[in-house]
Amino acid sequence: MALEDIIKPENLVYKKPDIMNDNPMHYCPGCSHGVVHKLIAEVIEEMGLVEDTIGVTPVGCAVFAYNYIDIDWEEAAHGRAPALATAIKRLRPNKLVFTYQGDGDLAAIGTAETIHACNRGESIAIIFINNGIYGMTGGQMAPTTIEGMKTATCPYGRDVKLNGYPLKITNQLKDLEGTRYVTRQSVQTAAAVRKTKKAIRKAFENCMDGKGGANVVEVVSTCSSGWKLTPEKANKWMEENMFPQYPLGDLIDKDANQ
Amino acid sequence: MSEEVRLMKGNEAIAHAAIRCGCDGYFGYPITPQSEVMETLMEVEPWKETGMVVLQAESEVSSINMVYGGAATGKKVMTSSSSPGVSLMQEGISYLAGAELPALIVNVMRGGPGLGTIQPSQSDYFQTTKGGGHGDYRLIALAPASVQEMADFVGLAFDLAFKYRNPAIILADGVIGQMMEKVVLPDYKPRRTDEEVEKQCPWAATGRKMSRKNNIITSLELKPEVMEQNNLRFQAKYKTIEENEVRYEEILCDDAEYLLVAFGCSARICQKACEMARAEGIKLGLLRPITLWPFPTKVIAQYANKVKAMLSVELNAGQMVEDVRLAVNGKVPVEHYGRLGGIVFTPDEIVNAVKTKLM
Repeated sequence: MALEDIIKPENLVYKKPDIMNDNPMHYCPGCSHGVVHKLIAEVIEEMGLVEDTIGVTPVGCAVFAYNYIDIDWEEAAHGRAPALATAIKRLRPNKLVFTYQGDGDLAAIGTAETIHACNRGESIAIIFINNGIYGMTGGQMAPTTIEGMKTATCPYGRDVKLNGYPLKITNQLKDLEGTRYVTRQSVQTAAAVRKTKKAIRKAFENCMDGKGGANVVEVVSTCSSGWKLTPEKANKWMEENMFPQYPLGDLIDKDANQ
Repeated sequence: MSEEVRLMKGNEAIAHAAIRCGCDGYFGYPITPQSEVMETLMEVEPWKETGMVVLQAESEVSSINMVYGGAATGKKVMTSSSSPGVSLMQEGISYLAGAELPALIVNVMRGGPGLGTIQPSQSDYFQTTKGGGHGDYRLIALAPASVQEMADFVGLAFDLAFKYRNPAIILADGVIGQMMEKVVLPDYKPRRTDEEVEKQCPWAATGRKMSRKNNIITSLELKPEVMEQNNLRFQAKYKTIEENEVRYEEILCDDAEYLLVAFGCSARICQKACEMARAEGIKLGLLRPITLWPFPTKVIAQYANKVKAMLSVELNAGQMVEDVRLAVNGKVPVEHYGRLGGIVFTPDEIVNAVKTKLM
């Protein structure tokens, strides 16, 4: 069978979302960002919201998310994405407004903005990539770096006496009256990817039904370069070391509890 | 103009003018001496009438970033604060300038440095006109000297901000913010519809229409060759603003032998000082910069050929005087007179300063 016979519309089993462009990604091999980007693009397209979405990018590796998904974007100052999203959603209540943030952005410098946007019950979705490290600046300790984990600024491993404890911020966010849906997922297997996609879809749907409430999808992620592991080993390390600290599953789903 | 004359504080005039000029959103955090701006908005509840969003943020950092978010969607958004709060906002202001977004910031100045005092001051002149945040950028800075100008400059600042896609600031002081005066508020202007916003701001992040490329609001550019071009574009814009938007007022200047240069509440006090000096036979005039940036450099340079000396009168340790000296370029003596830490000078003090420093 010739190649031309195979590449036919009726044989198509998968294609990338139209709004994912062909720009080569700057993410390292094995990084979780690319998968999560694709899921976001898929959900936006499947919900028919390409013309009605405004995304907010963080400071960190995902600062350039706007180079890969062809929707309208605003690039925030470090940690401030939920403040931007608050105003965008209030001024444009019919739009899907989401932020995409890393652990340093969301749980260190942006802690106040994160907590207060969630506590106000802003109808936004926060996609939270937690890989326990600052990737873009070269692998420094993050608020979510687990005890004993080595980074450029805790080269002998995170010592909780010196650096404090890993901040499990989604555990706090779930207790806020303003949050509606808080979940923790991952993307290291096909099954995990499907669950994360469902979680993103739910968060985005919640943003658009007018009922209000903040939605947080934490994705426990890998950073092969920062962790200095091959992609495969990084996935294994994440399962063995990150998951016990950051167990997967819904932390709160107020619609399910009703 | 609806000619109804009202009596109100400068801060209250800002709030009423914002509603009336079709402002879409206000985001703020309480701080003395400007809290009446948000208090007034919350009392009037403009969201019921015009749909204007008013939100109390968790910090000034957050409120300026809410402004940054709202401005990116082409909406008319503003915040107000006082000196320490405006210091916290500098990062966001730099981002607004770097992303070329229109927005309005109101600073009702109090004395510093640090937590300082809640009494009036003009010691944020440097912060406002020389940067404040990081990078080579400029803010269009309007300095009101009356409650009427507090009301009038809101609409003007928004017009300039949108005309040039650049943040604008109203630099007031605790006197102008707190004092009550009669004011005629601007007529009601409806908020722009979303269609009008998209027409006026085709660059805005409003949700990507498939008929256009996606809009990305960012100040980030890692390629130095491109970032230099971006900066050169900003500088060209600033030059256009300097050529077209200088505003000032000349009071008793025609025959002046000595010239006061003062803005905001200081200009009000200087006006009285001019009258008192003239009663003593001293031909004293006042030049009041209304735009602090762009600064009225040319007109001050012209006065350097006419007057014997100038006195820059400011509620600070000598900030605007540097710009006056640059304009005068050594042709005549330029001195400074100021009070600090929340003390406001009297007209007598200024007349005395003219006699001792200029004559």
